[in-house]
Amino acid sequence: MDGAGAVSPAAQWVSVCRIEDIWPDTGVCALVDGRQIAVFRVRDRDGHDRYHAIDNHDPQSQANVLSRGLIGSIGARTVVASPIYKQHYDLTTGECLEDAAHSVRAYAVRVDDDHVWIAV
Amino acid sequence: MKLVVIGNGMVGHSLLEKLCEQSAADFDITVLCEEPRPAYDRVHLSSYFSGSTAEDLSLVKPGFFDQDRLRLKLNTRGVSIDRQARVVVTSDGTRIGYDKLVLATGSYPFVPPVPGRDRPGCLVYRTIEDLEAMTDWGRKSRIGTVIGGGLLGLECAKALTDMGLQTHVVEFAPRLMAVQIDDGGGRVLRAKIEALGVSVHTQKNTLEITDGSGMGVGGRHAMKFADGSQLETDMIVFSAGIRPRDELARNAGLAIGERGGIVIDNHCRTSDPDIYAIGECALWNGRIYGLVAPGYEMARVVAQHLSGGSIEFNGADMSTKLKLMGVDVASIGDAHAATPGARAYVFTDERKQLYKKLVTSPDGQHLLGAVLIGDAGEYGTLLQMMLNDIRLPDAPEFLILPSSDGKARAGIGVDALPGTAQICSCNDVSKDTICSAVEAGSRTVAELKACTKAGSSCGGCVPLMTQILKAELKRQGVAVNNHLCEHFAYSRQELYHLVRVQQIKTFDDLLQRHGRGLGCDICKPTVGSILASCWNQFVLSKRNAPLQDSNDYFLGNIQKDGSYSIVPRIAGGEITPDGLIVLGQVAKKYGLYTKITGGQRIDMFGAQVHQLPQIWRELTDAGFETGHAYGKSIRTVKSCVGSTWCRYGMLDSVSMAIQLEHRYKGLRAPHKLKSGVSGCTRECAEAQSKDFGVIATEKGWNLYVCGNGGMKPRHAELLASDLDDATLVRMIDRFLMFYIRTADRLQRTSVWRDNLEGGLDYLKDVIVHDRLGIGAELEAEMAAIVDVYEDEWKKAIDDPEVAKRFRTFVNSDAGDNNVVFVEERGQIRPATADEKRSRFKGIAVVAA
Ligand code: SRM
Ligand SMILES: Cc1cc2nc3c(=O)[nH]c(=O)nc-3n(C[C@H](O)[C@H](O)[C@H](O)COP(=O)(O)OP(=O)(O)OC[C@H]3O[C@@H](n4cnc5c(N)ncnc54)[C@H](O)[C@@H]3O)c2cc1C
Ligand code: SF4
Ligand code: FES
Repeated sequence: MDGAGAVSPAAQWVSVCRIEDIWPDTGVCALVDGRQIAVFRVRDRDGHDRYHAIDNHDPQSQANVLSRGLIGSIGARTVVASPIYKQHYDLTTGECLEDAAHSVRAYAVRVDDDHVWIAV
Repeated sequence: MKLVVIGNGMVGHSLLEKLCEQSAADFDITVLCEEPRPAYDRVHLSSYFSGSTAEDLSLVKPGFFDQDRLRLKLNTRGVSIDRQARVVVTSDGTRIGYDKLVLATGSYPFVPPVPGRDRPGCLVYRTIEDLEAMTDWGRKSRIGTVIGGGLLGLECAKALTDMGLQTHVVEFAPRLMAVQIDDGGGRVLRAKIEALGVSVHTQKNTLEITDGSGMGVGGRHAMKFADGSQLETDMIVFSAGIRPRDELARNAGLAIGERGGIVIDNHCRTSDPDIYAIGECALWNGRIYGLVAPGYEMARVVAQHLSGGSIEFNGADMSTKLKLMGVDVASIGDAHAATPGARAYVFTDERKQLYKKLVTSPDGQHLLGAVLIGDAGEYGTLLQMMLNDIRLPDAPEFLILPSSDGKARAGIGVDALPGTAQICSCNDVSKDTICSAVEAGSRTVAELKACTKAGSSCGGCVPLMTQILKAELKRQGVAVNNHLCEHFAYSRQELYHLVRVQQIKTFDDLLQRHGRGLGCDICKPTVGSILASCWNQFVLSKRNAPLQDSNDYFLGNIQKDGSYSIVPRIAGGEITPDGLIVLGQVAKKYGLYTKITGGQRIDMFGAQVHQLPQIWRELTDAGFETGHAYGKSIRTVKSCVGSTWCRYGMLDSVSMAIQLEHRYKGLRAPHKLKSGVSGCTRECAEAQSKDFGVIATEKGWNLYVCGNGGMKPRHAELLASDLDDATLVRMIDRFLMFYIRTADRLQRTSVWRDNLEGGLDYLKDVIVHDRLGIGAELEAEMAAIVDVYEDEWKKAIDDPEVAKRFRTFVNSDAGDNNVVFVEERGQIRPATADEKRSRFKGIAVVAA
C-alpha cells in the first residue's frame, strides 16, 4: 500500500503488527531479527492513514528512541522529531534534516489484511 | 610579498583575518607569537573564571592556520630587527626576511616600582597564564587585593570576590575609574562596588609590601601606605595601567613617543615606511588606545594599505562600558566636560544609586559626552547621538531623566540613525551593513552576528542591533511574526483564545479550521497543553496522546539512554517513614537508581517503557501518584518546617504547601511551575526564587510572584501582603490562570513578567485590584480544573487500551539491549559507549 525506502530484490517482507496496534499519528518499535525498526502510522488531512518505517536508533543520541518521537510535517515532508535532542528525520527517506550525515535507513512498508509488513 | 607579523594578539590576528579575506595580493606571511597559544579573546578573559576554557576564548577559526600562505610560530619571540637587511631575528635564532613588517606587540601591565612587588603571590592580569596563576593563588588565599581602581582593576576585583576572597581595591586617585568618570559618578560607583562586597580604598599610595603578621592564609603580605595606614592580604594583583611593548622598535631605532609607544602616521606606518605598528603598542597623534576597537580599525587600515588601498586612521572613540554583572557603568566622549563652553546636565538618585550626566555643546544642540552609572540602558542611543552628531531634542534632560509611568522616553528611534552610523565599533559594522544582512535573510541576532560579526566581541552593541533588526523586519513587512510555527499563523495566546471561544476540543479540529500541514513537535505539545488547561482532558486519550512529547506520552522523563525516570508526588516534601520504605522497596525490586532531587522529593531512574506500568501499579497501590516531573505543569511546592516545629515559624508552612500542591497538581501551563512556602522571613523554602512563593508573617501570608532559579535567576516580586488562607488561594488562582491565558509557549513566569507591558503595577491591577473585571472568571476556570483532577498514572494503568501501549517492542516482550547499566557507588548508572563496547569482553555489567 504505502511505500517507503527502496525494496531490494533480496528483501523479505515481515509482518510486525496489526494496524490497531499503532494509534494514529504515533509510532511503535518492532524487533526484526535483532534489528529495531520504528513504524509510524500517519493520518493525512483527508483522514487517510499512511505507514512509514525507519531505524529506531537515533544516531545523534545513540539511543533507540525514534519510534517515540512526535510526528509532523516540515514543508512537504513528513518527519519525526527525536525525543532526545529534537532533530527531525524524514519518514520517507530517513534523511536527518539538520545533519544529513546522521541520516538513518528507511524501509518499505505495506498493509495487507490489517497487518503491517516491512521489507527488510 | 613576504610579510612578517610580530604578535598574534587580538589586533595582530584581526590583521591576518582581513588580509586573508581580501586575498587579492598573494602574501607569504610569518607570524611570531610569544604566547603558547594563538590569538584569544582578551576582552573576555575574565569569563575564564566562570568556566570558559582557553578553547572557548580562542579567536582562531578552525583550519585558519592551515592555509599555505600562513606560517604560525608559537612560543617564539621576535628579539631584534635588522632594518638594513630587512630581517627579523627570533628567540630560537632563526632569521626571517621580510618585505614588510607589522608590529602588533600589544602592551604589558604596569607594575609600579614598589619594594616587595616581586614577592610570591604578587601577580598581573593580562594573559591566560596570569589567570591560571591567579586561580592557583586564589585557592591558597583568604584575602585578595587589587592595586588600581580602573576598568580592569574593577573587573579583576569582581573575579576575586567570585573566587570567594575577601577583596580590596586600592586606588591612588581620589575616586574609581578616574579617567572615565567625574566625582559625582565616582561616589555612586563606589557604593555599587562596595555593595558587591569589595572594600574600596582611595587616595592610597603604596610605599612597600612586606611580610604580614598572619604569614599563612589571611595575612601573607602587609601593604604599607603613605598615609601611615596598612592592609594585610594574601595575594595582590597589579592593575595600574598598561605600557606599550615598544622595546623591539626602540632597539631598531624607530621613533618612540616621549612616554613610550611606537609613533605611527595615518597609514599606521612607523618612521620606517616598511614597518607598521598597530594595536596597543602604537602611538598615534600622541595617544595610545587601550581598547580593542581602535586596534581593529588600525588593522583595517594596514590591510588596505598593504594591498594598495589608502584609507586612513583618524583616531577613534574612547567611549566604554564596564563589563560587570549588575554594575552598569558607561562613559561616552567628553565625560569631564573639558570642551570649552560645554554644558552639563546631571541627575542623581542616591537611593537607587543612579548617576547620569549629559555633556552638550554650548548651544545645547549636540551631545559631547555622557556618564551613566547604575543604569546604562541609554548607552547605545547616546553614543550614536554623539558619533553621528544628531540634533538633540529641545529638552535634552529628558534623555536621562527616569520616565514617569508609562510615558515613552524622549530618545531617538533607530530610524533617526544615518546608514553610515557605526553600530558595532569593535568590528566596524555600520547600520547599512546590518540592514543589508536583514534584507539578505538574517532573522535573528545570532544570524546577524554570524554574517556581519557585529556584536561578537564586547557585546555592547547588541541591544541596538536588536532594535535595528526589529525595525528593519517591520519595515520590510517581514512580519516580526509571533506565529507559533509554520502550521499556525497565530501566537500561543491567540490559539488559546480560539480554543476557548470556539470551544475547540481536538487538535485536528483546530488544524482543519486554522492551520495547515500536519503539525509538528512545536505546535502539537503547545495545543495539547492548551486543551489540557482549558478542558482538562486526559493527556493520553487516543486523540491527545499523539500531541504529547515523549515525557508526557510515557508520563516519565526520558533519559539519555532512552530509559525513563519516575518521580512520585511528595507534596510539600512531607513523607512518612512507610512512604519512604515503599519507595525503597520498589526501587530495589526494579533495580532503579535513586536520588533526592532539588525539589524535595525522590527520583528513580532507569526504567524501560515496559516496566513503567508495573512500577506505577506498586506505587499507586501504596497511595502515591504522579509528580508530573515530565509535564509543563506544577512541579513541587517546596516547604520549610514551619511553625509546627520551628521556633521562629509564624504560620504552618507545611500544611499550606501541601494544600497548594494538591490544588494545582496536574494543571497544564505554558511552562513548568514551581512554588515554595516559608514559615518566616528567614525563607528556608526559597519561596522568592519560585514562580509563586509564599512567606508567612505576623499578619498573614505574603505572596511573591515571577521568580526563577535555573538558567536566568530572578527574584520574585511582592504581589500582595497580609493575606488570609482563602484570599491567598484566590490570588494564586487568578495569577496562574492569567499567566496560562497570556504567556507564550515555554515562557516561564519570570520571562512572561519581564515582557508584560505595565510590569508589576499592571499585574497588581489585574490580579489584586481586578481592574479588568476578570477575577471571578479566572477563579471559575481554575475551579473547573481543580474539580476534575485525576491521577494520570492510575488512569493509564487502569485503561487496558492505554496500558497496552507501554511496550518496548510491539511484537516482542524483550527489552532494549542497548540500555545497559554498570554499578557505581552501590547503584546503577548508564554504561558509557566504551563500556558498552567492552561488555562482551567480560567486564561486569548489569543488563536491564
Ligand atoms: C531531577 C532534578 C535534578 C535533581 O536531581 O535534583 C531535575 C532534573 C531535570 N531538570 Fe531541573 N531538575 C530538578 C530541579 C530543578 C531546579 C530546582 C528546584 O526546582 O528547586 C531548577 C531551578 C529552579 C527553577 O526552575 O526556576 C531546575 C531548573 C531546570 C531548567 C531551567 C528552567 C528555567 O526556566 O530556567 C530546566 C530546562 C527547562 O525546563 O527548559 C530543567 C530541566 C530538567 C530536566 C527535565 C532536563 C531534561 O529534559 O531531561 C531534568 C529531568 C531529569 C529527570 O528525569 O527527572 N531544570 N531544575 C530536579 C527535580 C526536582 C523535582 O523534584 O521535580
Ligand atoms: C582583562 C582585560 C579586559 C579587557 N577588556 C576590554 C574591553 O572590555 N574592551 C576593550 O576594548 N578592550 C579591553 N581590553 C583591552 C584589549 O584586550 C586590548 O586592547 C587588545 O587585546 C589589544 O590587542 P593587541 O593585539 O594590540 O595586543 P595583545 O592582545 O596584548 O597582543 C599582543 C601579543 O603580542 C605578543 N608579543 C609581544 N611582543 C612580542 C614579540 N617580541 N614577539 C612575539 N610576540 C610578541 C604578546 O605576547 C601578545 O600575545 C581588556 C584587556 C584585558 C587584559
Ligand atoms: S542541572 Fe542540568 S544536568 Fe543537572 S539535572 Fe538539571 S538539567 Fe539535568
Ligand atoms: S561594539 Fe563590541 S561587539 Fe559590537
